[in-house]
Amino acid sequence: MNCTNAIHEISNYIDGELEASVRIQLEEHFRECEGCATIVRQTEITIRIFSTHQTADMPKDIRSRLHEKLKQKLHKSK
Amino acid sequence: MQCATLNVGTGFGPIYSAALSTRLLAKNPKLSASSQNRLQSKIAREDEPLLVKAAKSGDATAFEELVNRYESKIFRLTMNITRNREDAEDSMQDAFMKAYSHLDTFQEDSRFYTWLVRIAANEALMRLRKRRPNQVSLDEPVQGEDDLIPREVEDWGPSPEQRYAQSELHEILDQVIDSLDPDFRTVFVLRDIEELSTEETAQAMGISVPAVKSRLLRARLKLRTKLDRFLRDRKPN
Repeated sequence: MNCTNAIHEISNYIDGELEASVRIQLEEHFRECEGCATIVRQTEITIRIFSTHQTADMPKDIRSRLHEKLKQKLHKSK
Repeated sequence: MQCATLNVGTGFGPIYSAALSTRLLAKNPKLSASSQNRLQSKIAREDEPLLVKAAKSGDATAFEELVNRYESKIFRLTMNITRNREDAEDSMQDAFMKAYSHLDTFQEDSRFYTWLVRIAANEALMRLRKRRPNQVSLDEPVQGEDDLIPREVEDWGPSPEQRYAQSELHEILDQVIDSLDPDFRTVFVLRDIEELSTEETAQAMGISVPAVKSRLLRARLKLRTKLDRFLRDRKPN
């Protein structure tokens, strides 16, 4: 497997969506190619930091306006 | 740790969730915080169909419980897609209002949350198209593969979390994701932040599974490259 093919499979590799034979070839390539091994490692770090450093806090004023609008909507449809 | 489903509303949803939560958490008292979150998420999935059925039959409290349950996640989603607070708020409000108005068309063969995400993502993308009409082409195929291979690769050394204070890291991540094309950003947000499956993402965006995979690959690689540039240019304090 060359670098171009390896890069194209990185996402499927991270998601565990590769057939065993392709995954083995890819891992062999990573052992031989420091560049691709670094890219896959950094891509995994990138996904991890974006998914763990996302807050789901909604500002209070935005929540109040949503619920006010919701009340009006639910009241209208009664 | 409190269960989010216990804090809100007065309908049967929270009570049902509370009973399940208490029973399951009592069986697993040593669960870590993240395991408890996953368990609560599973509980939320389990009673979601009951809430939807009740809401469809006219129980306003059940619909309010669904709103309480998902409002923060939907706001985070619309904020991540639009990158604009006003647009994010409007998209979120319209998504919940549309969901309520069209609840009778929800087929219940997929999760309510996925259906809601689809509505919210569409609302957010519509606003983004209005604001930046030349930047969003969600239904067009992605062209070119030549920029996929990074030209320079260097080890990052300590991870970004080790190198920066949390507030500084958030600022960096905000700038990096902000600079990603909306086409790619939306797929990345749905798959890697909201943790929808590839199929659910395809369903939410109205595109094919191969298109999701192709965009996700490019989004992840582009974000890595952008983060890499940022880390090289910006020395930690």
